[in-house]
Amino acid sequence: MASAVGAVGAAGHASTESGVWSWITTVDHKRIGILYGVSAILFFLLGGSEAFLIRMQLASADADLISSGVFSQLFTMHALTMVFLAIMPLGAAFFNFLIPLQIGARDVAFPRLNALSYWLFLFGAILLNSSFVFGGAPDAGWFAYANLTSSTYSPGDSMDYFTLGLLVLGISSLAAALNFVVTILNMRAPGMTLMRMPVFTWMALVVSFLLVFALPILTVGLIELLFWRFFDMPFFSAEFGGDPLLWQHIFWLFGHPEVYILILPAMGIVSEILPTFSRKPLFGYTAVVFAGVSIAFLGFAVWAHHMFTVGLGPVAIAAFSASTMLIAVPTGIKVFNWMGTIWGGSLDLRTPMLFAIGFIALFTIGGLSGVMHAAASSDAQQQDTYFIVAHIHYVLFGGAIVAVIGGIYYWFPKFSGHMYNETVGKINFWLMFLGMNLTFFPMHFLGLDGMPRRIYTYDANMGWDLWNGVATMGSLVLGLSFLIFIYNMVTSWLNGEPAEADPWDGRTLEWSIASPPPEYNFEEIPIVYDRDAWWAEKRGKVQHGVPVGGGSGEEEHSIHMPQPSYWPIVVSIGLIIASYGLVYNSGNFIVATIGLLVGIFGVYAWSFEPVNDPE
Amino acid sequence: MAQATADHGEHEATTTGLNHRKMLMWAFLGSDCMFFGSLIATYLVYKGRSLEGPLPIDVFSIPTTSVSTFVLLMSSMSMVLAYSALRRNRMKTFRVWLASTAIMGMTFLAFQVFEFRVFANHEVVVDCHAPIGELSIVELSVRNDKTVGCEATGHDEVEKQVGLTPKTNLFGSTFFTLTGFHGAHVTLGVIWLLTMFFLSFKKGMVTPERNLDLDLAALYWHFVDIVWIIIFTVVYLFGVFPGFA
Amino acid sequence: MTQESQAIQHEAAHPTPGTYFKIAMVLSILTAIEVGIFYLEFLSYGIIPILVLLSGAKFILVCMYYMHLKFDDRIFSTMFVAGLITAAGVTLALMTLFSFFA
Ligand SMILES: [Cu+2]
Repeated sequence: MASAVGAVGAAGHASTESGVWSWITTVDHKRIGILYGVSAILFFLLGGSEAFLIRMQLASADADLISSGVFSQLFTMHALTMVFLAIMPLGAAFFNFLIPLQIGARDVAFPRLNALSYWLFLFGAILLNSSFVFGGAPDAGWFAYANLTSSTYSPGDSMDYFTLGLLVLGISSLAAALNFVVTILNMRAPGMTLMRMPVFTWMALVVSFLLVFALPILTVGLIELLFWRFFDMPFFSAEFGGDPLLWQHIFWLFGHPEVYILILPAMGIVSEILPTFSRKPLFGYTAVVFAGVSIAFLGFAVWAHHMFTVGLGPVAIAAFSASTMLIAVPTGIKVFNWMGTIWGGSLDLRTPMLFAIGFIALFTIGGLSGVMHAAASSDAQQQDTYFIVAHIHYVLFGGAIVAVIGGIYYWFPKFSGHMYNETVGKINFWLMFLGMNLTFFPMHFLGLDGMPRRIYTYDANMGWDLWNGVATMGSLVLGLSFLIFIYNMVTSWLNGEPAEADPWDGRTLEWSIASPPPEYNFEEIPIVYDRDAWWAEKRGKVQHGVPVGGGSGEEEHSIHMPQPSYWPIVVSIGLIIASYGLVYNSGNFIVATIGLLVGIFGVYAWSFEPVNDPE
Repeated sequence: MAQATADHGEHEATTTGLNHRKMLMWAFLGSDCMFFGSLIATYLVYKGRSLEGPLPIDVFSIPTTSVSTFVLLMSSMSMVLAYSALRRNRMKTFRVWLASTAIMGMTFLAFQVFEFRVFANHEVVVDCHAPIGELSIVELSVRNDKTVGCEATGHDEVEKQVGLTPKTNLFGSTFFTLTGFHGAHVTLGVIWLLTMFFLSFKKGMVTPERNLDLDLAALYWHFVDIVWIIIFTVVYLFGVFPGFA
Repeated sequence: MTQESQAIQHEAAHPTPGTYFKIAMVLSILTAIEVGIFYLEFLSYGIIPILVLLSGAKFILVCMYYMHLKFDDRIFSTMFVAGLITAAGVTLALMTLFSFFA
């Protein structure tokens, strides 16, 4: 495209600038990754504070710190925030920052679409949380079961915030997923076959496909919920012959693949950290990859294990019970291969490695309790008790969050250009490990003792005080470990030692370029001859495949980078105006229409904007 | 490598040799299959569960919908002919076929609007001497109506307006949501095609070298068509099939 | 590759307007048969498999020729068919769970 070849020097210059405008218009995958990461950490703190309030209320019997209504808002928003605004975007942060670096590309396939994903995520998150200020947050649980969500039982706007917030976040995730599918399949450096891709990139590909196929189910469910509430279309109304259980099916048809969307990036991160600090290639690479793929396939066939107590009938229950147990096989394969990687390695127990090993232990505990409720008869006892709460926090906190924090430490030198403080990092790990087990292990006992989930208080003679007290103490330790984490990140980013390009003797391509990477990532696109491409290069297994980065900058002027654009944020603003217009429609849809028109105008302007996309 | 010529504009220096945007489109269409799949699933799960009429058998007119189905099918044909004309740089032919595709799309939408209005104003006429066992739910309710029914009026034939709206029953909700979202897809497609049509008068915007732009619009358009192929069979034909009521 | 085989490949990759027209005729005839069969009451439940087959044939024709999946890379068909199969699986599973076939 002749008109598209802009002044490259100027474009490159513009986006190496700092300043707010350069961040608003950025289409650089590394900057978008950092935006995702910082926003997600902030939302994580918000969700953590909600959890902390919940723990304070439950610390002792008959407490009245928080009313039952606010308590329902807190547990609903805690889950929504952690799932959609913390763990998913943390995954997206890693995808954005790492995928192009790991596959030897200069950006993602659609840089502006990538910016759109971020802004829609941010605005969708603000939309959802603004409900706290505008008359009360959603309080029907993150699964929002019908009939709790009907206009009779949730008369205010809270459930509309839920519906529209998740619809916007869904568009954001779908756009990101489609973008990563194309990026990973289509932008790999020469020689990087699928079976030479780093495991993290593999898991990102699997997660992207899961999103592509699972999100539309949720979208349809949300649309039906919206129409039910706005237009009295009787989708889930029993008095019209409708079945509230249909919502549960739709929600969990999305919801179960969603748990793999949350955990597979973590598994990818751990599969990167363990080999590096064990000085050994990943044990059973092929098995780990195929285990990830088969987890994704099976993930679509198990959703009703969330519904064993609704009366599905013995045949359905047996089938879903069996398919759920089947998932333990690929998961077990992964755990086995991680152990095999550590086995006989020369271990370097730095902070990221501690987190990775911690992940294996904690995730395995969560996996084991998961197999326990796959057995339907045992699940009937555990359903809706704190045993389930313990399980999901072992897999999502002990699993996803612990791995993600380990990943942040591991790649901190790469994205910040500084080294973190190792001692503080180790204190961070041990406090988090202690706090995590102190908070969530007692919940197993509480659950087996019959304490239901989502109750705002309990009677003193139930005998639940002790373990609730311990759990609340644990949450204090967890909170402290997080403050230490933030402290380490902030002080290291400001004053940490400058990081070398390759501080860990890394295996993958991102370690072959400077820390932080230049805007164009690779001066010369590497040629890949081996699975651990950078190790192979350094150990002389191949003849000059990967050029050593951080060079003269001589090439810089011939590298075409995409230009900044503000249309992504314009489109996002349009969609958010439309969403608020829908929440506050009082029979007319003027504001919603205006928002939609802004969005359409943005899409047109976007299509005609001259760009020099890599395309 | 015959494929690598600039003429195609879709094979370039990517890992797979495939164009980014085309791959994005196919991944999106895979995703959209799930979208329509979930809507159709909801429709089918609720089929036969509506407590009151009108039901498909009361309102559907197969001859009318067959015509609109045919129009949409033919629009797919004119779409490929437009694409083929553009590739051979016959701009006039291209514009004629593209415009007729858009017009057929709009015709389909007009049929849909017409159909929705007819459903909303559905009149039920009941022969009071017909055996009760042969009446549908909605006919039975009109027959026994307390003000205009057979016994109330003593007439040989009674009638009443019983419209089908999204609120009426489960069939109404699921049917209007499914076909409404299909209609929204068609509308978006028409806007896209018209945009391409007007752009083609601007120099250098729609050219044989850039046929990929049209190819993407065409893929989307055909997808909307094949979704309708399924809806026509599953919703309309099976809808009035007696064994399926 | 010889000049001739290149030409043939090029031809195969993009059917002529004549081919497109013939396919349209087949699609119309299949639709006419669908609607016609529908009025043959003696077929009873027999129309279900017939209609499924006929509309499936139309679906496949449009995908293969109009959307040129037949001439395109396997990756495209894989992505699309994956969506189709998952959608069909989910639909059939839900119908079973809601005792549609009972
Ligand atoms: Cu599950």
